[in-house]
Amino acid sequence: MPHKIISLISVGRHPQSGRARRSDQDGRAVELGLKLSGSQLEVVHAGDSEEPVLRQYAGMGLAEITILEQDQSMDAVASLSTYLASRDADIVLTGVRSESGESSGMVPYILAEALGWPLVARVADIVEIKDGTAEVLLALPRGQRRAATVKLPFIATIDSAAQEARQSAYGPGLRANMVAQSGANELDELRANWSEAPAKPRPKRLKMVKAKTAADRFKAATAKPAGGSGKVMKNESTEEKAQAIFDLLIEEKVIR
Amino acid sequence: MSDIIRRDPRAEWIIRNRLHPLHDQYVSQEEGGEIRGPSGIIRKFPHKVGFIGPNGVKRIDRLKGNAASATGKRSSATQEVQLPLHQISSPEFYVVVVPDLVGGRLTSHDKDILGLAHKLISEHGGQGAVAALCFGEVKEEHFDLAGVDRLIHLNDPAFDGYAPEARVQALAYVDTQLTVKHWLFPDSVHGGADLGSRLAAKLGERPATQAWQVTAEQVVCRGASSSLDISRAMPRIAMLLEECGDAIDETRHEASSIEFADIPLLEGHIVDKGLMDVDPNAIPLAEAEFILSAGNGIHNWDQFHQAAATLGATEGASRVAVDDGFMPRIRQVGATGTWVTARVYIAVGISGAIQHMQGIGQVDKVVAINTDAGCDMVKRAALSVIGDSEEILSELMALVNAHRNQASSESEENSHAA
Ligand SMILES: Cc1cc2nc3c(=O)[nH]c(=O)nc-3n(C[C@H](O)[C@H](O)[C@H](O)COP(=O)(O)OP(=O)(O)OC[C@H]3O[C@@H](n4cnc5c(N)ncnc54)[C@H](O)[C@@H]3O)c2cc1C
Repeated sequence: MPHKIISLISVGRHPQSGRARRSDQDGRAVELGLKLSGSQLEVVHAGDSEEPVLRQYAGMGLAEITILEQDQSMDAVASLSTYLASRDADIVLTGVRSESGESSGMVPYILAEALGWPLVARVADIVEIKDGTAEVLLALPRGQRRAATVKLPFIATIDSAAQEARQSAYGPGLRANMVAQSGANELDELRANWSEAPAKPRPKRLKMVKAKTAADRFKAATAKPAGGSGKVMKNESTEEKAQAIFDLLIEEKVIR
Repeated sequence: MSDIIRRDPRAEWIIRNRLHPLHDQYVSQEEGGEIRGPSGIIRKFPHKVGFIGPNGVKRIDRLKGNAASATGKRSSATQEVQLPLHQISSPEFYVVVVPDLVGGRLTSHDKDILGLAHKLISEHGGQGAVAALCFGEVKEEHFDLAGVDRLIHLNDPAFDGYAPEARVQALAYVDTQLTVKHWLFPDSVHGGADLGSRLAAKLGERPATQAWQVTAEQVVCRGASSSLDISRAMPRIAMLLEECGDAIDETRHEASSIEFADIPLLEGHIVDKGLMDVDPNAIPLAEAEFILSAGNGIHNWDQFHQAAATLGATEGASRVAVDDGFMPRIRQVGATGTWVTARVYIAVGISGAIQHMQGIGQVDKVVAINTDAGCDMVKRAALSVIGDSEEILSELMALVNAHRNQASSESEENSHAA
């Protein structure tokens, strides 16, 4: 029995030009969804059905995209959670953080809480789905991977370490069907009270010297930072030296 | 004050010059003998009596004969600086920080957030305490200097490894037990952002994410892939960017522990299957956690590659090794190569030229293997072994292989027993 997989997509922002684009992580989520369920994949967007960026997602080989029609100032979570509750899906894929708007990355968490599903964050790949559990690979910092299993149904946020999204084809993108239905109309009230401004560059932190005496200030300004030279092993046997290095590696947990 | 030696050139000159009228007097002074003035009265030389007390202040012991002799060099005792203790006996509210504790130690990001927590408390006013909530194994020894008033350490095995569901339940439980004014998380890939989002969803709060300018009333957050600054009222849960505050450095804190017994935990849906083995050389050098780096002191290159594979370390190299054609350019560490951020860096046969040192500025623990005990790499290293690289590497490989065999036979035994 094929599993029902839904990918949520949003409008991205190109990091240099700032133009609207297919969001990187959402594209990867669609790619993973296509890998898992092929043409059965359902792709959902909450927002404006006229948005041209959606055609870039459709160009990845999607026959149709479901759109929950709603205004920019409305809360996307409300429409998405009612929609997902009605769809009986097995896996919902999203990006970690949207590239436009608040970029809080909270949408999948709130959806998971509302649906009562588990959530796995920063997924690099879904390896296998068997007997109602999925085996997932999580992306950790420094290129590490962690394996985990999670019970269906669940929500996964897709990390930038996942398989890159395929190229989008223009023609098929234009021909794809945009199925619009009306979404919820809940005003995001908190957000109405915020003020937004273009990002100011953050000041770099300067090295502060809190010296009490002139001698200390002089030292701070001139002296090389003392490395506090560590342990030096010179006359021990080779075995002892190697053992000392080995112990340090074990203590730092770089050797497992 | 330091132990700078202060000389009195005039006194030294007089002591050298036997014909000087004051010669006798200075010599007997130097030897601690008595000095008589012109009219025969015994004179005390105030610079020579007394001793330096523990705080660096001069003390004169009026009980004669007890005074430790102060030598001709005048210097004050070096003193261990004891920072003032910041005490909160009965906190009215808490600001709870959940640090990342990468490798079991507070990161600079964590320390900045602890500092910020104190700033928030002083802006709110009243008796507030900063609590740090840590899961699993903790190696940090200086919670007191980082500004932790209360330490909540949950080391139930249920929280080990990847256990976001158990951890967030514990956080929600702590939230019901303490009056928590703010929950602060590092907005990082090390798990802080994930845990913070989970807690916010569970408590139904809207958190501030990617916050970088924080006061008790207002917070400025980055949005839309860092192209937007959103100013809003400070919520109860915040996830903070790096350098959002200044770390504590002028006070000591109690770091007394708060115990929570029997936290109710529900069965989770996610099961941790442990870390995967990844090809260490597929990890970008700048991100690698553990690097084995080769320099001009490597003569057996086959052995070096084998050692890197055995240790599971990413390979690095100095410029000389690259220029000589033993390693590809992408492996070069240093000013004209890659700036690495490894936690552990083993430099084999690398002298430590400044161009190389720049590249390893952010490394935590450097291990040097070198034949020259006086080279700069040995000065930088936390552990240096002086000896031939080939012998030490082969010995190290033997140890690691033995360790792996033992571990695998143990796990086999366990699986037989189970
Ligand atoms: C503009 C410029 C940019 C540069 N950029 C870089 C850079 O990005 N990265 C970089 O690395 N260098 C750079 N360099 C070169 C740098 O100045 C040094 O020349 C280089 O780092 C030295 O490499 P090394 O330590 O491997 O070799 P050496 O200085 O020759 O050191 C070899 C070390 O190996 C030890 N040794 C010898 N035999 C053994 C043995 N059998 N067992 C154990 N130890 C042994 C020796 O005691 C010595 O300490 C740059 C130079 C310039 C001018």
